[in-house]
Amino acid sequence: MRRAHTRLAGGLLPLLLAAPPLQRMLEASMTAQMLAQIPLLVIAGMLLGNSLPERVANRIQPWNRGGATGLIVVTFASACWMLPLSLDAALASPVADFAKFLTVPLLIGLPLAASWPRMSFVLRGVLLFEALATLFRMGWLYLISPVRLCNSYGLSDQQRLGKWLLIAGTALLLCIAWRLLWGRPKAAAGAVGPPGLRAGRHA
Amino acid sequence: MRFLRTALASVVAVAAGAVALAFATRGFTAFTTETARRVAVSRHPVPVPGVVLENQAGTRFSLSALRGKWVIVDFVYTRCQDQCAVLDANFARLETMLARPIAADRLRLLSISFDPGRDTPTELAAYLARFGGRSPGWQIARPVDTADLVRLERAFGIAVIADDDGGYTHNSAILVVDPRERLIEILGWRDPEHAAREILRKLEG
Repeated sequence: MRRAHTRLAGGLLPLLLAAPPLQRMLEASMTAQMLAQIPLLVIAGMLLGNSLPERVANRIQPWNRGGATGLIVVTFASACWMLPLSLDAALASPVADFAKFLTVPLLIGLPLAASWPRMSFVLRGVLLFEALATLFRMGWLYLISPVRLCNSYGLSDQQRLGKWLLIAGTALLLCIAWRLLWGRPKAAAGAVGPPGLRAGRHA
Repeated sequence: MRFLRTALASVVAVAAGAVALAFATRGFTAFTTETARRVAVSRHPVPVPGVVLENQAGTRFSLSALRGKWVIVDFVYTRCQDQCAVLDANFARLETMLARPIAADRLRLLSISFDPGRDTPTELAAYLARFGGRSPGWQIARPVDTADLVRLERAFGIAVIADDDGGYTHNSAILVVDPRERLIEILGWRDPEHAAREILRKLEG
């Protein structure tokens, strides 16, 4: 029952975000789109990925041992939506916008949540390091670039986003450091998550 | 063999991801809309709409009237404090460097205002005079109809966003229209020497 609720929430969140007033608000600035709208769409997908029906999860599992396939899908999908031209396209064309609302939850959030509990310590490290590097790299680029990278947004917006990406990167770094230093050793070794998912990790 | 299916799925995911990225970046050539647009235009020229413009003298003419000539276009608004001033200072240098084809009536420079509400012919004339532009080699004009402005912006790939202080943020470029009225090349606006060389090469070729 709770799983069904989570799934419902994951399904409704993108619809809510697509509601015209909210969508306009979150797409009005580059910062809001990159740091609110897209992360919320990722969270929607994660809710879906966390609440996959047992039957579906079991069907996917042999194709996603150790979460490897999921990691690849997440990496490529996020790379596509990090391109400044994709952000422009989402504003300029309804087709690209629809693609964003569809692929960000389904190809970033969902595989992330479905694969994370299966990932080994090393693979998690790869994913987190990749995320950290990306946040700092993009943040720095947006902060120092004298050229507007998105035609739809102004330079000051881009620089503000850069600053926030660096802040987000620092926050993530501190979280990871905290977990590594003070987290339970078992947790650090990757044995978190509900028992059902944990069982699949070494299968 | 336990990992066979995962390995297979991973290979498929990498291939699909690479195809998606290649598609999004126009074959790994573009990272921003601006470069994507430049690549796309040089591969597939874009027909220019034959809209009616009103120039600094108040004369109305159709863009199609310039058929048969090369037209070098830029988009500006006359109150612009920074970017347009540099762009049109560079246009003034283009006017000098391209003096021969202009004198032979093979080429024209055309600045188009995307702020037709405020840029009246008087404003346009003052702006052109400020940069030493001489008609008919270099004209500045505004679209008569707002719908035409949208068509122009779409064809030339110009994105204009209103600022808080009544100005505009916009992309700039030196846009090359060939005698068949097609946008065939988008050149960087910061380097007029390079632009002049490219244009002269096209005129000869």
